[in-house]
Amino acid sequence: MSQAALEANQPRIGAHPGRLGNALFGGSAWIFAILVLVLLAGVMISLISGAWPAFQHFGVSFIWTEVWNPNRARYGALAPLYGTVVSSVIAMVIGVPISLGIAIFLTELCPTYLRRPISTAVELLAAVPSIIYGMWGLFALVPLMQKYIEPAIIGSLGNIPLIGDLFQGPPYGIGLFTAGLILSAMVLPYMVSIMRDVFETVPPQLRESAYGLGATTWEVIGSVVLPYSRVGVIGAFMLALGRALGETMAVTFVVGNSYHIMKSILAPGATISSSLANEFAEADGLQLSSLLAEGFLLFVLTFTVIGMARLMLLRLQRKYG
Amino acid sequence: MSFTVVRTLRPAAFGAFSLLLAAGSAQAVDITGAGATFPNPVYQKWAEAYKAKTGNAVNYQSVGSGAGIKQIEANTVDFGATDKALEEDELKKNDLVQFPAVIGGIVPIVNLPGMKDGELKLDGATLGGIYLGTITMWDDAALKKTNPTLKLPHTAITVVHRSDGSGTTYNFTYYLGAVNADWQDKVGANTAVDWPVGVGGKGNDGVAALVQQTAGSIGYVEIAYALTNKLTYTDMMNHDGVYVEPKLSAFQAAAANADWKSAPNYRLVLANQPGKDSWPITAATFILVHGKQTDAEKGKTVLGFYDWSLKNGQKMAEELLYVPLPESLVKQIEATWAADVKGPDGKPLWP
Repeated sequence: MSQAALEANQPRIGAHPGRLGNALFGGSAWIFAILVLVLLAGVMISLISGAWPAFQHFGVSFIWTEVWNPNRARYGALAPLYGTVVSSVIAMVIGVPISLGIAIFLTELCPTYLRRPISTAVELLAAVPSIIYGMWGLFALVPLMQKYIEPAIIGSLGNIPLIGDLFQGPPYGIGLFTAGLILSAMVLPYMVSIMRDVFETVPPQLRESAYGLGATTWEVIGSVVLPYSRVGVIGAFMLALGRALGETMAVTFVVGNSYHIMKSILAPGATISSSLANEFAEADGLQLSSLLAEGFLLFVLTFTVIGMARLMLLRLQRKYG
Repeated sequence: MSFTVVRTLRPAAFGAFSLLLAAGSAQAVDITGAGATFPNPVYQKWAEAYKAKTGNAVNYQSVGSGAGIKQIEANTVDFGATDKALEEDELKKNDLVQFPAVIGGIVPIVNLPGMKDGELKLDGATLGGIYLGTITMWDDAALKKTNPTLKLPHTAITVVHRSDGSGTTYNFTYYLGAVNADWQDKVGANTAVDWPVGVGGKGNDGVAALVQQTAGSIGYVEIAYALTNKLTYTDMMNHDGVYVEPKLSAFQAAAANADWKSAPNYRLVLANQPGKDSWPITAATFILVHGKQTDAEKGKTVLGFYDWSLKNGQKMAEELLYVPLPESLVKQIEATWAADVKGPDGKPLWP
């Protein structure tokens, strides 16, 4: 290689990439960005066209009908929709306080020598494949739930008037509650790592001034750290909720796969993704179309969650200027 | 070409000579099939032995009956496998030829502490009642009646069924419909049904795992899954009112009663067969191939594989507790091949 060519290969700081280079880079960046929109639209269109026969056949009542009978070709999405929402809500109810606690501990209270091991452990939780969570759930958690945890819940919470119905029935071990519990463990690492990162963005001056004014740790967290990072925290919750709504394999293992809505959250149920996982390979005709319609509803549900999160953030930002 | 040679020579000297010929030609024909999970263990065994004999590899994917039907219709595999025989018009529509390959037994399994294999006796009406949710406790009067000497616990029954579409479910629900009018009326038979009660497990192994873990549960699986998972199976009352144990001989007795000659397209459900030794939930599983093959070599190899397996694979099947097809039926099947399976040139591919 000649000396000139070698020099030409050297990166030159401040060198002008030229008109063509600029156009190429700008153009490809545009294409990649547009590609996301095209993909999203493509998914949407193929879902709608696949789901069309089901919506045409059952009408909009498909959404609030509780029946799933492949034998008589009658389908309705209410039971899986209900299961999807309930299991995700359970996951959030259990997961949010725990992850908030872990993140606060890591950034505010944790001795330095413990910070790394705990952070790494939490991140490793995210690396566990969901099928492993499912198998662990079925073989390790379900027997515990069946023998100890659920009987205890039924015996205590089950007797409370009004909400007691939510915690009654035989302890199957599998069901919506167990699914929610597994989901909470699965979404935990996402919430913790995002929250830890946003807590760390709180300027040390703010923290130190608060401490300097004599605030307790509790007050610093409540009046400085959380308000400063609220957008990121809510973002973490929403990301976790989105993941919980769509989680498939782990839930399929422990949810019970029953298309009936029971009063008790301990009873078996189904989620949209579990019903897809169970039946997609074998379905055809109206059943396949109904499954795709379910998929479409899940899409809309997740979309709504993200949309609501955006709205909430906007309003929060306006409120706090 | 070596295939033709092998085929004509088979009756005389199959063993080493054909092996030599097949191995000699580098053109082993690989075929793929997909479908039912129920016969998967025996198909894998046959495929292994067939490859050792002929060099032709058979790749069978146990993806479920429904998926198997879809794949053969879409022509992405050389043969499909299903536990639910297709109807005449479904076969016609996609130009498919159907034949049975092997027979097996489905057994109820229970998880009752202290209960031994075959100790609990069930009749069809009771099993139907349990799956309908009308019988909810293990010490129900109906169960006490069929088990007067057993001490049954006062615990709730957890019903376990398949959560995926399944040929095993089809045969099981068909049986329940045949012995329980209520079941036929409210639920019916299909690869997936609207289960009135219970929890669902994915696949035979999913059901086995749930039953294993849930005290007081009942489920149904193909017999091999009950044995390998050491689950407690029950005895069943058969069509003749006799309690039988799920054993190879009981499956054979049910199979022997089957009238294949008068079943169009071999569409025969073996549930609730007469005979005092017959196991009531016995099922045949079927193979689907295209009536007009686009690739003569592959078409011949599929038929060759089943010809070899049906004639040489009986022992392998029995070891896995499947019932091999009787000789008369194999003859009938090969006559069907000769009549209905044609090459791209329109000439019969068999024999």
